[in-house]
Amino acid sequence: MSFRVVADTDLCQGHQMCQGEAPEVFGFDTDADVVTVLQQHPDESLRIGVESAVKYCPAMALAIEEEQ
Amino acid sequence: MTIQEVSYAASDDGPADEWGHLAEMRVDPIGLFQRVHDECGDIGRFRLADKDVVLVFGAQAQEQFFRAPDSTLDQAAAYPFMTPIFGKGVVFDASPEERQQMLKNQALRGDMMRGHAATIEAEVNRMVAAWGDEGEIDLLDWFAELTIYTTSACLIGKPFREELDGRFAALYHELERGTDALAYVDPYMDIESFRRRDAAREELVALVQAIIDRRVARGTVPREERDLLDVLISIDMTADYITGIFISMMFAGHHTSSGTASWALIELMRHPSVMRDIVAELDDLYADGSEVSFQALRSIPRLEAALKETLRLHPPLIILMRVVAEEIELAGHAIPVGTVVAASPRVSNRMAADFPDPDAFDPGRYVDPRQEDLQNRWTWIPFGAGKHRCVGNAFAMMQMKAIFSVILRDYEFEMAQPSETYRDDVSKMVIQLEQPCRVRYRRRQR
Repeated sequence: MSFRVVADTDLCQGHQMCQGEAPEVFGFDTDADVVTVLQQHPDESLRIGVESAVKYCPAMALAIEEEQ
Repeated sequence: MTIQEVSYAASDDGPADEWGHLAEMRVDPIGLFQRVHDECGDIGRFRLADKDVVLVFGAQAQEQFFRAPDSTLDQAAAYPFMTPIFGKGVVFDASPEERQQMLKNQALRGDMMRGHAATIEAEVNRMVAAWGDEGEIDLLDWFAELTIYTTSACLIGKPFREELDGRFAALYHELERGTDALAYVDPYMDIESFRRRDAAREELVALVQAIIDRRVARGTVPREERDLLDVLISIDMTADYITGIFISMMFAGHHTSSGTASWALIELMRHPSVMRDIVAELDDLYADGSEVSFQALRSIPRLEAALKETLRLHPPLIILMRVVAEEIELAGHAIPVGTVVAASPRVSNRMAADFPDPDAFDPGRYVDPRQEDLQNRWTWIPFGAGKHRCVGNAFAMMQMKAIFSVILRDYEFEMAQPSETYRDDVSKMVIQLEQPCRVRYRRRQR
């Protein structure tokens, strides 16, 4: 069981909250003012931080997709 | 257009009426929007004066609606009732999108939030200081005044907030009351609520002029004591123009936050077991003497779930509108330029397909694995959705957490009138609690 991190840059408003929740997984493209995903398949140990980032994203631009 | 038009309610004169569904819109807008869905399905239309309003429902059509870029669906043109409130003469150099971006990059920046949380805590404490051990408040008056202080202090600056008192809040309320849907016929029609709106705006300009005069007489102060008002004075803006800017900066955050805080308290009083759980959660959280400015920025799961459920049942905006600027396809229909298109948070948030037992207050919806907000990104829409999802939503949630952290720590609340008599006055585009909406408080014995 692993998971994939998905960011919808059409929705991202550049609040950068996700970088606070999971700095290993989320970066920021300052030119485009949108999130970048640094690790599409992060280690299970980072799941809690990613889940918080998804939950508290003010633009609801992030998601987790479970993979077998 | 082959999109079906909704029927006319008994209160309307029917299709012959030149104002279409406007009469019903001023009495029972929620009933109207719900009927559009019930009769027409995922896309239907009603008539507002000489305009067709196309209303879309369901995840697919609402995603198309919320994802459309500004060049396709224009926000600003859809709300003619706002023009006289911001000021006819106030022409902004920036588009609404640019101003929203500016607000996000300054007052709403993530690193500003901790200071805002401390500010909000202090403002609640100031208002509660006059309470004593027990008494009664009117929810609309109390939260509308509190949120004038919090939004002005956080978005404009503390020195400006210190110049304000209850008068500013009362005048601001008159602006919000001046949002009758008759503005779709003529925003300057000669009716009582519009006359009061315009008189209130003039008085607000006079208040701001007096503040400007005092600042000018005082002379310059060190940079760290300046606020946005000093900046605007220094570039020679008039009081009328500055007032317009302040009104517009505060508008989106004021009645929305005030209404949400009121409804959250009402729902907690209606559901004592949820209230007990949240009070226990907060007591635990603050048992170690931690600061509100610290905790309000962090997870408070049970309180957050209750706030989300309050927002689902009582979204502050019941309809979100756009004007079609280039042809767009919605729910399989091509919508021509100039049409008003809309989505209704109030109807969408209560669709049984996405939210089982939709009228029930159930904070359990937001607990893993249900997460009905994240599972329904295009239909759980108290803050809208898409690129224009309310940029202030993180600020708003933080503000609610700070307010309830303070008031539930020291006081307990009970309804001072029958539960079902707390309801919204939906006769204006800006909906507000209907008065009376009284609540009793008593200092907690601990």
